[in-house]
Amino acid sequence: MNPNSLVSIDGLTKEQILDLLQTARYFEEHPNHKILDGKVVATLFFEPSTRTRLSFETAVNRLGGRVIGFSDASTTSSSKGETLKDTIKMVSNYVDLIIMRHYLEGAARYATEVTDVPVVNAGDGANQHPSQTMLDLYSILKTQGTLENLTITMVGDLKYGRTVHSLLMAMKYFNPTFRFVACDELKMPREYVEFCRKQGIAFEEHTDFSRDVIDSSDIIYMTRVQRERFSDIMEYEKVKDLYTLRNSMLDTSKENLRILHPLPRVNEINQDVDDNPKAYYFDQARNGLYARQAIICRALGISPEKI
Amino acid sequence: MATDKRELAVAALQCGTVIDHIPSEALFKCVKILGIETMPHKLTIGNNLESKRLGTKGIIKVADTFFPEATLNRIALIAPSAVVNIIRDYEVVEKRRVELPKVIKGIVKCDNPKCITNNEPMATVFEVVDGAENLIRCHYCNHTVANGKANIL
Ligand SMILES: [Zn+2]
Repeated sequence: MNPNSLVSIDGLTKEQILDLLQTARYFEEHPNHKILDGKVVATLFFEPSTRTRLSFETAVNRLGGRVIGFSDASTTSSSKGETLKDTIKMVSNYVDLIIMRHYLEGAARYATEVTDVPVVNAGDGANQHPSQTMLDLYSILKTQGTLENLTITMVGDLKYGRTVHSLLMAMKYFNPTFRFVACDELKMPREYVEFCRKQGIAFEEHTDFSRDVIDSSDIIYMTRVQRERFSDIMEYEKVKDLYTLRNSMLDTSKENLRILHPLPRVNEINQDVDDNPKAYYFDQARNGLYARQAIICRALGISPEKI
Repeated sequence: MATDKRELAVAALQCGTVIDHIPSEALFKCVKILGIETMPHKLTIGNNLESKRLGTKGIIKVADTFFPEATLNRIALIAPSAVVNIIRDYEVVEKRRVELPKVIKGIVKCDNPKCITNNEPMATVFEVVDGAENLIRCHYCNHTVANGKANIL
């Protein structure tokens, strides 16, 4: 077990999160600082995810490191029945860092237990995806100038959306006010509502995506409402347009409001929002590069500001 | 002490362990967790006995056997009311409740089919959820389950 591994966002203290964000900012200013000279990083994608893999591999390349790995488990020995443990142990002989994505939940945690090489979780099923949360936090910090005392509205699929769950947990250090906007079928699960109560975090639950809610938000975090999440297809048809953001809905919103979305979107943000300066989702994805550069350096125990 | 033959069909233990006040529905799971099926010692298992506290209860008596505390505490998951009596020379020399450990290794199967523990040859690990004594959480996939509903391996 390497202590620099990053499996889940709730394994980080407030100081560690702020350190990572500061490093991300450094990389935004110095994206090509080659401090991984001679380092080899494995990207093991047991489940394909082009978006996340390209972002991590770009991060390693811009830092001057080398990448080995695979992008699809069907081309590897795990498809021949090799255990995850054996794959991790084999790869550990070759590399300084393992970045892995897996369709099984808990796979990254288990990987950290069978190797001394640091492991970064790039998503394990519906469980954790900490680099997404770091880029969300960085995007919020960058657009608001602070993480403290913000009103954050989460919209859409709050039941299955792991990005909103992780963001909610990470924000506990920063005294947020949350609005959860969703239909009954996709509302925020009990355990996260309880989490807010226990942490003394203010929150409201709404089924209406109303002007009041929009006008008082600093951040609106949109998520995809997917048809396959509904047991009743009629229910989906009924709600699918209720949680779509249109440009006209932003007329009286706050000046500092920014719209975030983990991407890819389907129709929950209308195309006419894209040109509004409050639309931030494309820049948000670019911030993923800096956040991942910061995560990689931390995992390797390197402080770029000091080199 | 007068012995009522209609009630006490089992001889008193000279030496060994008596686990009393086990909820009836948890008795055979406790037998499994303690691994006493294959023990060579004299063994008595009673179930559906009258109990003021539980309605009906189960009891396990094992002669000449003293379990490690950690082993006994494993049954606290499904039988939190259980009381352990250590017997020497027909006397109860120690009596205590079982205590649920903070970390439970290798007894509970995770309900989540997509959990790594159901797909790799490895032991499960569950942790008691902070502030919710009757809930345990999978250390790997974070799924939670109520203690009483835990699926015993
Ligand atoms: Zn699990």
